[in-house]
Amino acid sequence: MMADKKAGLKSQEYFINMGPQHPSTHGVLRLLLSLDGEIVKKVEPHLGYIHRSIEKMCEFDSYGQIVHLTDRMDYLASHINNEAVCLAVENALEIEVNERIKTIRTIIAELQRLSSHQLWWGVMGMDLGAITTFLYGFRDREMITDIFEETCGARLTMNYNMPGGLMFDIHPDFQKKVKAFLKHFKKKLPEYDQLLSDNVIFRERTVGVGKLSKEDAISYGVTGPTGRASGFSNDVRKQEAYSAYNKVNFKEILYTEGDCFARYKARIDEMWESMHIIEQLIDNIPEGLYREKMRKVIKLPKGEYYQRVETPRGELGVYIISEGGMSPYRLKFRSPGFSNLSALDHMARGSKIADLVAIMSTIDLVIPDIDR
Amino acid sequence: MKAIIHYFKTIFAALKTLVKGMAITGHYFIHPKEIITQQYPENRDTLKMFERFRGEVVLLHNENNEHRCTGCSACEIACPNGTIEIITKRVETPEGRKVKQIDRFVYHLSMCTMCNLCILACPTDAIVMSNDFEHAVFDRSQLTKILNKPGSKLMEGVRH
Ligand code: SF4
Ligand code: SF4
Repeated sequence: MMADKKAGLKSQEYFINMGPQHPSTHGVLRLLLSLDGEIVKKVEPHLGYIHRSIEKMCEFDSYGQIVHLTDRMDYLASHINNEAVCLAVENALEIEVNERIKTIRTIIAELQRLSSHQLWWGVMGMDLGAITTFLYGFRDREMITDIFEETCGARLTMNYNMPGGLMFDIHPDFQKKVKAFLKHFKKKLPEYDQLLSDNVIFRERTVGVGKLSKEDAISYGVTGPTGRASGFSNDVRKQEAYSAYNKVNFKEILYTEGDCFARYKARIDEMWESMHIIEQLIDNIPEGLYREKMRKVIKLPKGEYYQRVETPRGELGVYIISEGGMSPYRLKFRSPGFSNLSALDHMARGSKIADLVAIMSTIDLVIPDIDR
Repeated sequence: MKAIIHYFKTIFAALKTLVKGMAITGHYFIHPKEIITQQYPENRDTLKMFERFRGEVVLLHNENNEHRCTGCSACEIACPNGTIEIITKRVETPEGRKVKQIDRFVYHLSMCTMCNLCILACPTDAIVMSNDFEHAVFDRSQLTKILNKPGSKLMEGVRH
């Protein structure tokens, strides 16, 4: 007792669990924070709360069945995940799908990116205390999910891609609805800026918060808008164009600040670019089969295959090792969320707990993507 | 002095942006037509799902209680998660031939991921996805369904 008094008041580092049941971790992610007062000293993510061993399950499934499992990884980008597996299988079989399939895949992938960013925008506002944005984000996303439901048969876990093509042809109303959506959303996207981007409270909480330099982004493997906001040019759509991306014009959004606000702006700008891509393709869907003729039983030749695609969160890699059988010997997903999460500790060190929420929000984590 | 001016400037800027945001809220307040919320379940009678919406697997029966399932098990093999179990039996036809027929088409709704692979696999188009999405029940066992109706039989002329 006496000794304490002599030394005066001493502060001590302590630990606190953020999650697994915490609204701003957007799922079951547990962060072990070590804190000094309100200052974050260290962030240690603990994973595994939603691990379903999808990679292991893939080893027992046929290639056609694997596709639907990827819906359940990054559920906000299910079409793009499906596409990644399908492209990997098609590459291995040396099949090139026709232009119609490529175009439809690209349009839906960009719609998916839009819907994912809309949801992210809504949730981001909510994390920082603005519930209204959540409702506006969902309002616009609803139109896209309706388009998905009409053409693909489901709103979230669409399973619309198959190795060799698509499950159905597009719905007769597809083009009309997509155009109606673009017209609607072009008017609504400026509202997003008006509501949130210019808001002074929002700016105070994001500008200069959670900085990530370009070097760090590269060494942590941070991809997607998170990496591009730090100036790390990593858009797979540009660098290794797949599907119909080599036929369209679009800008790769790059910011150099690397803070929360840059990440926010990068996503907002990406929404404009996505709309731009869809506009170029929607009137020019070529004729053709919606599914190429494929063998009933798909067997990949012995070897290793890798395919990268750009999901709304970054680079998704599918690495298949085949022994020549009906299922892969091993299948590994390089998920963007996992690598992006690894940089969280670096970004959050020295900031306040409230900033940590903003940082997590701008990394746009989807937990099932991290855990798989 | 400068600091004080800056302080007040920030406050005014803040108020301005807040008003800007509130303008949108106000706009929707006086334009209720632009609101798209659906009143579920009040609108149950008028609610129409999209034709392709995948709600659950059903085995189609016609008015004579006949279905098209030959018991070939293609759907069972196609299913990624063991949702479907086809249990067949051997029956004797009037001509004295022994043929395979389905005894029970067991469907575990609780395991189904609505992936549509079974529907694509079926050679005789016996099963389809229905639009019904209200699956809530009080007991888990109710989710295991026998899809072939009692007394139903194979439609004339359907072969593998
Ligand atoms: S929809 Fe998919 S999971 Fe459901 S029964 Fe058919 S194949 Fe199995
Ligand atoms: S539903 Fe179709 S695929 Fe399944 S057993 Fe019957 S005929 Fe075969």
